[in-house]
Amino acid sequence: MEQNKQVNVVGAGLAGLAAAITLAEQGVGCRLISAQPSERAQSVLAEGGINAALDTMGEHDTPAEHFADTMRGGCFLEAESAVRNLTDHAPEVVRWLVRLGAPLMAKDGQLILRNFGGQKKKRTAYAKASTGKIIMTALIDEARKYEAQGLIRRYPHHELTGITVEDCNLKSIAVRDLFTQEMRAFTGRTILCTGGLNGFFEGMTTGTTPNTGNAAAIAFSAGVAFANLEMIQYHPTTMGITGKRMLVSEAARGEGGRLFIMRDGKPWYFMEEKYPELGNLMPRDVISREMVFVKREKGCEGEVCLDMRALDEFVWQHKLSDLRAEIIAYQHIDPKTDPVPVSPGIHFFMGGVRVDDRHETNVKGLFAAGEAACKYHGANRLGGNSMLGATFGGRVAALSAAQSAGHSEETVLTEAPPEPSHPECRAELREILLQGLGIVRTASEMQKAEEAMSLKCDAEQLTAIDRSRALLGLAMLQSALARKESRGAHYREDFPERDEAFRKLTLATCENGAIRLRFVSADAGEVD
Amino acid sequence: MTYTLKILRRERNVQASYWESFTYEAVSEGDTVASALTALNTSTSPKNAEGESSRPIEWECSCLQKRCGACAMVIDGRPRLACDALLNESKTGELRVEPLRKFPVVCDLTVDRTILYDNLKTLRLWPSVEAELADECRDLAYESSECIQCGCCLEVCPNFYAEGPFFGMATVPLTTRLLTELSPADYREIARQYAKHTFAGCGKSLACKDVCPRRIDTEKLLVNANALAVWKRKKEKRK
Repeated sequence: MEQNKQVNVVGAGLAGLAAAITLAEQGVGCRLISAQPSERAQSVLAEGGINAALDTMGEHDTPAEHFADTMRGGCFLEAESAVRNLTDHAPEVVRWLVRLGAPLMAKDGQLILRNFGGQKKKRTAYAKASTGKIIMTALIDEARKYEAQGLIRRYPHHELTGITVEDCNLKSIAVRDLFTQEMRAFTGRTILCTGGLNGFFEGMTTGTTPNTGNAAAIAFSAGVAFANLEMIQYHPTTMGITGKRMLVSEAARGEGGRLFIMRDGKPWYFMEEKYPELGNLMPRDVISREMVFVKREKGCEGEVCLDMRALDEFVWQHKLSDLRAEIIAYQHIDPKTDPVPVSPGIHFFMGGVRVDDRHETNVKGLFAAGEAACKYHGANRLGGNSMLGATFGGRVAALSAAQSAGHSEETVLTEAPPEPSHPECRAELREILLQGLGIVRTASEMQKAEEAMSLKCDAEQLTAIDRSRALLGLAMLQSALARKESRGAHYREDFPERDEAFRKLTLATCENGAIRLRFVSADAGEVD
Repeated sequence: MTYTLKILRRERNVQASYWESFTYEAVSEGDTVASALTALNTSTSPKNAEGESSRPIEWECSCLQKRCGACAMVIDGRPRLACDALLNESKTGELRVEPLRKFPVVCDLTVDRTILYDNLKTLRLWPSVEAELADECRDLAYESSECIQCGCCLEVCPNFYAEGPFFGMATVPLTTRLLTELSPADYREIARQYAKHTFAGCGKSLACKDVCPRRIDTEKLLVNANALAVWKRKKEKRK
């Protein structure tokens, strides 16, 4: 055991746990830092499943086809090398989870796979509607083994408050104990597994509340490069409950759920009519846009509804029992007997901290994985690829960090904790971002939002964290404005077509308090 | 409808608690205690029922849809998740909101549940070898993977107290999962610890069954864990 080697992992969801366990497997110690315990991580909400071309359903599926579907779904906005790594290793990742005891659905020792959006073959391993939860339970138990050995040391109720970078090298990170307010600094290799940018759209996403986006804002201000910030996935089927959007899993459509809107008094199953081959299982961006467009059509009225009435009893009992219970609890609708009104909600951020194929950022010694990182999903993520990307990415980041990991120092800081973000400011930023970054975007709306956000960045009396948040928000809007085409989740009415000249990543960095935006090749595995 | 939340508050590092009331105008039928707390905290200085500026109410929350256990607290005397406590269940329009009582209070409604995780470690709850899950045990493993470590079951347990020798129902689901997935030779130590810290102290009041927010059938898991860990029954004969 290499006692002296120590890596910091920030975030204890799926990517963070996968990273921590992988480090421990290598005999490398880690501090596992998280605002709340792993049981509260957003990963436990993942419902649908995890993709791997395990070919257990007699359809002759291959990793090559998983690769092709992921590239096509992502509109070719990611390096082939990275995606091939992911899809080639996917069967191994899922088998690892099974060995750890995640009770994925199986029969006679063979995993059962199901259909998911954007994929023509059954490739998604699952456990009823709680796939994320049961995978997390297995990983939490496995991590506990290494906690008992002292290899994983948890820092629960701690949040990241600072990242210090010198000459593009990570120097240290600072954290605050949310219980005692004590501040600490850690040197050494660090992996950010802090999730997506949900907190920039408070109350409007399917994510969790501790996922504030503060870690991303801190990283951005420290000089960490972010890519494809304009790529925000709206999941087509969500329902509004107070404080968030609640997801109706894609599995509901995978099992036969159909979208319709009332047109001239009759239900119009528009996805099936417009896309006969994949119908209700078209990629999420396509469906979300169609849901906006059909509402504009003549004769159409009311909300788009998801019709699950034809699903059989076995499906409700064994595959979607949790989903039905939630819809009944929060919407007072029984999906077995009545259509459920649904609308698109923010679900996933394809963009984030740009990492190379080893998951290292432009700041040496700083790595990122999971939804925090921009990797694998291009302009649009396929259902079932997020848990795969988080688990695989966490493991790759850990192996990379372990290679160069060394001694890490811990210092108790005497300084007072930084002033927190103000809820009023967060709400203002959210409204500006929503104006510019909807499902269907226009230059004028984005420009208005950009101007408002620029003013916000220059406003006096902002706390440091709120200023960092405004800067990252501005980078999101500028990335969207710069991409003068439509691709995946980014759809512009003024540029409705895909333009091959833009098969590039938008790369945003913060240099001396100003944003630098440029396009870089999508094919390079390295961070520019 | 306007609701009044009477909240038992406490400053950091202070021993004395005090009650403070806040009003909340419900937006929808589905509004919960979590909705009210979220809305009150949209201001840096929320106004209390007397119209005076107060400080934000500290509480833990995460998923807001009953799947993570963060927001467990005592509402009108009953431990439950704030996101599961519909305001319109209240007959009077006034709800008493307190922190869980079996854990140390950090601030307001936030408690330190570290003991939950320490107990799981003491029980050595991890797979010592690769899991081997038989098809007939899969549903049980799934159900026992569902525990969210919220602590509600411990709140109502007549036998559990923090730092005590009895660890309570919060350890049973994970024990059941591992007993289900490992061979008797590989779970011997888990079984030994279970007999000592869970089986020996459980008075079978099953109060836990009534309050589990995930509706886990705690009785079933307990019976299974006892059968395997204590009475050494074989898995094939167990349902």
